[in-house]
Amino acid sequence: MADERFEPKIIAFLCNWCSYRAADLAGTARIKYEPNIRMLRVMCSGRVDPSFVLKAFALGADGVMIAGCHPGECHYLEQNYKTMRRFSMLKHTLQAMGMEDDRVRLQWASAAEGVLLAGAINEMIEQVRALGPLDWPKNWSENGNIEEAIEQLVEEHAEAMEVPV
Amino acid sequence: MSEKGVLALYWAASCGGCEIAVLGINEKILDVAAAFDIVFWPCVLDGKVRDIEKMDDKSIDLCFFNGAIRTSEQEYMARLMRQKSKVLVAFGSCAQEGCIPGLANATTKEAIFQTAYHDTPSTVNPDGIRPQTETEVAEGTLYLPFFYETVKTLGQTVDVDYYLPGCPPEPERIWDAIVAILENKLPAPGSVIGAETTVCDDCPRTRDEKKIKEFKRTWEIVPDPDICLLEQGLVCCGIATRAGCGALCPTVGSPCIGCYGPNEGVEDFGARMMTALASVIDSDDPEEIDRIIHEGIPDPIGTFYRFSLAHSELRRIALPANGGSDAKLETAESA
Repeated sequence: MADERFEPKIIAFLCNWCSYRAADLAGTARIKYEPNIRMLRVMCSGRVDPSFVLKAFALGADGVMIAGCHPGECHYLEQNYKTMRRFSMLKHTLQAMGMEDDRVRLQWASAAEGVLLAGAINEMIEQVRALGPLDWPKNWSENGNIEEAIEQLVEEHAEAMEVPV
Repeated sequence: MSEKGVLALYWAASCGGCEIAVLGINEKILDVAAAFDIVFWPCVLDGKVRDIEKMDDKSIDLCFFNGAIRTSEQEYMARLMRQKSKVLVAFGSCAQEGCIPGLANATTKEAIFQTAYHDTPSTVNPDGIRPQTETEVAEGTLYLPFFYETVKTLGQTVDVDYYLPGCPPEPERIWDAIVAILENKLPAPGSVIGAETTVCDDCPRTRDEKKIKEFKRTWEIVPDPDICLLEQGLVCCGIATRAGCGALCPTVGSPCIGCYGPNEGVEDFGARMMTALASVIDSDDPEEIDRIIHEGIPDPIGTFYRFSLAHSELRRIALPANGGSDAKLETAESA
């Protein structure tokens, strides 16, 4: 296993109007990007609640990208400014949680920027690959043997708490 | 056999406030005693775990379980009460979402032990003794439960039938829940017994457009008595918090800290707060946004997850062994 290259799983939320079309454009123009990214289309980057990102990490993602229209070009006028503010808030919280900055990325990409998006995807995959697996759920696994400790407790109760009649 | 129901109350990692809250229903406790035989309530009545162990499964009609789970003994008691109870209610914030004990997930077991058994000024421990799960003495081996790295909620440990939120639950809401149980007018299993609105709906302050240029700490301003606290720059969690308290804190000028847990439909309280607060920041400039957030919210875990870290999507900070940086941990410790 040690010799094998780590293949990160990256979840990407792309807005319907710009970034998803940029990904489509990359496809039709045969611009290659690595297959480590799983894309989810949302109507607007403003739809991406921080809980989506947190849930992705909790389910084992190694990185999360949010992509939307450039500021000022949002199909819904100014929702991507909310994305910008939310992302800053989310990143601030993830830093406090001890997560590396490179595991989340906010990428603006217009419908014409297939090359830019593919480049950003490849760059992020390389950065996350360098960081290694995240495996966040491992953080809450316990080292001790819970079952053994509980069995011990039951035995102890039977021994010490039994009142002779 | 009596026709009364059988009631048990238990506590795990909690402060005892939930027990006091039960007694906060005042003389109605007599109605509870009239309707139920209380078979187990360590805070108030003498009772032995052994007696519960010997009861038939599902022979307790209702169990109010407060407290989070952070030791093997608490895990055992959670499983035991689940096995013996028909209806298990996660009572209060600790059982529902980890609450203040759950903030231990912002540090590590090692750091907690270091503080508790070595570093506090009141600790005298020249031999550096720490509690062990097994100790050999002349009479045999003594055992202590083991202490978890990560605090869990009751729902993460066993199946829970209902949740009663609050730190602690308000006596009126406790009484409402008891009446609902007695009259068999319960919501769907797995749901929260309580309101489906937010604290804002109960708050008497007037709300207008929320646009703020900076967050303020409570000591920085004397808030206007009539205007929404969030509009005045205070981080008020009422927007994400379930109603039930009657908006006690914002009514008297103190921002809501979220003790009643997430509103209906919200899984991650902190994510809800992040979304809501991001919407009120009045700036479109990335650098200014970063400054407003970093200066205004120096402790995002304490602000967004004060009561719900154990129940959040991420549950805890990264462990150093799992890639979490030590620098972050030290910051968490010194905070």
